[in-house]
Amino acid sequence: MSEIESITIIGGRGKDGEPEPVERIDLQMGNVASIVGPTGSGKTTFINDIEMFADCDTPSMRRVLINGERPPREFRNDPSKNPIALITQHTTFLSDLPVGEFLEAHATVRAASGKHPDDMIERTIEFANELTGEPVGLDVRMTELSGGQTRALLIADATVICDTPIVLLDEVENAGIDRTRCLELLRRQRKVFIFVTHDPRIALLSDFRIVIAEGRVMKILGTNEAERELATKVSRLDDVLSRLRDKLRVGQALSGNELEGTLA
Amino acid sequence: MKIAICSGPPTTGKTSVLRHAIRKLIDKGERCAFLKIDVQFAEEDEQLAAEFGIPTRKVYSGELCPDHCSVMVLGDAIQWADENDCSILLVETAGLCLRCAPYVDGGLGICVLEATSGMNLPLKVGPMLSLADVTVVTKGDLVSQAEREVFRARIQDVAPMTQIREANALYGIGIDPLVEAILETPDAHDDLLLRGSPPVGTCTICVGKREVGWQAHFGVVRALDNQNFYRGQ
Ligand SMILES: Nc1ncnc2c1ncn2[C@@H]1O[C@H](COP(=O)(O)OP(=O)(O)OP(=O)(O)O)[C@@H](O)[C@H]1O
Ligand SMILES: Nc1nc2c(ncn2[C@@H]2O[C@H](COP(=O)(O)OP(=O)(O)O)[C@@H](O)[C@H]2O)c(=O)[nH]1
Ligand SMILES: [Mg+2]
Ligand SMILES: [Mg+2]
Ligand SMILES: [Zn+2]
Repeated sequence: MSEIESITIIGGRGKDGEPEPVERIDLQMGNVASIVGPTGSGKTTFINDIEMFADCDTPSMRRVLINGERPPREFRNDPSKNPIALITQHTTFLSDLPVGEFLEAHATVRAASGKHPDDMIERTIEFANELTGEPVGLDVRMTELSGGQTRALLIADATVICDTPIVLLDEVENAGIDRTRCLELLRRQRKVFIFVTHDPRIALLSDFRIVIAEGRVMKILGTNEAERELATKVSRLDDVLSRLRDKLRVGQALSGNELEGTLA
Repeated sequence: MKIAICSGPPTTGKTSVLRHAIRKLIDKGERCAFLKIDVQFAEEDEQLAAEFGIPTRKVYSGELCPDHCSVMVLGDAIQWADENDCSILLVETAGLCLRCAPYVDGGLGICVLEATSGMNLPLKVGPMLSLADVTVVTKGDLVSQAEREVFRARIQDVAPMTQIREANALYGIGIDPLVEAILETPDAHDDLLLRGSPPVGTCTICVGKREVGWQAHFGVVRALDNQNFYRGQ
């Protein structure tokens, strides 16, 4: 298949077997969407369906199209051709390989022509270490990484090594990583991003929100003008809270007027 | 009749995979028979019989390697499935002996591995993996996409010819390619041959002589101070 231009999700049915109100979702290259909904509503299921190129063969009976067509099987059977990177909710690795060896193996698996694995591994580690306070080293075993380091490495791996046109992220905010920096680094790239999120900042940053309840996509909300304005304030507020969090983390005492002026 | 033999370490999801495959095969109008070979305990035969009403059986291999046991009983099993008017015989073996593989030429060999089992597992399971036509990787839902992909590459290194198919055997996602492979398998001919060579089995202890001391044994033996040597009867 040539350039990826769009991805389409054809609605299926919810947990109770009832059809989904939203019958079709089309995402174009450059779109950022977030998936919102209560815990247990089926957000992870939705992006897993996308990652598996569901074809009426998952419990939700959804179908995924790429450029309006049924994707070729090689997308699933040959990782080097897979246009999707998924950053799962997992905060632990089961693999006991050293980080460097693992990344090298993954870089080889994903290697698109013309990329140099050595350089890729360096850049992946650099990227990961921009997101986490505790640097990840190449010789550490994957199983020894903390939850935050694991997520940082997965995000870096997806961005640098996979470097796919479609990126799915399951609750990046729960990762103990630098969210602001993460969003900044990610949004530099023109891709389809789909964020599963409970975080107002991430939700308002996207072009639209896919609302899920009881396993069904209920509606799609475009981010409106008022929300966009609100988004800048929410980001500011969020930055203030992040700074507070950082101060607490490094053992500082707070002054009592830390929030002065920010809530205006 | 078509034969598909499924092997893999314990709890990797063999029964779960076969259960979904059987459902889909029945939907397509196939008549399945199921044989389980295990060392000392199994209840898959009862479960699948209750679930689908298909003919099922089990054998306990006891002190025999389950894969050797499979070689011994497969002829009878094919006859049994035939008498029950079945179109497909599915065999699940415990796959505990990492030197053997139960697959036969003329039948489909399916290895089931779990994505959670560590990156070195493919190096450890031997012919069970390297001789399989299809390798189903289960439990991908429990690991990251990156780990799944590296695990997959490790399998392909060991078994360049095997077709790797990822499946979630809890929900039966990704089972269709396996069902297709089963349906594409030609009907088995009469003179089936075990695929690959079984390991050497020349040891008199293996065949049941329990006396202690090399003096009681023959074939390739070994004394404390010596390397292996040959002793005739
Ligand atoms: N369309 C559907 N059809 C059938 N089952 C579904 C559907 N959607 C979700 N489920 C089931 O609902 C359960 C919860 O779904 P999921 O884990 O995707 O929720 P979530 O929104 O990601 O929750 P959390 O916010 O806690 O991560 C799962 O067992 C899943 O299989
Ligand atoms: N999460 C998850 N669990 C699985 C999957 N496949 C199998 N299991 C579980 O693994 C356990 C063992 O499965 P079973 O089919 O009995 O394995 P067998 O011993 O190889 O026949 C069961 O509890 C299954 O529900 C999978 O793809 N994902
Ligand atoms: Mg979830
Ligand atoms: Mg079993
Ligand atoms: Zn054996």
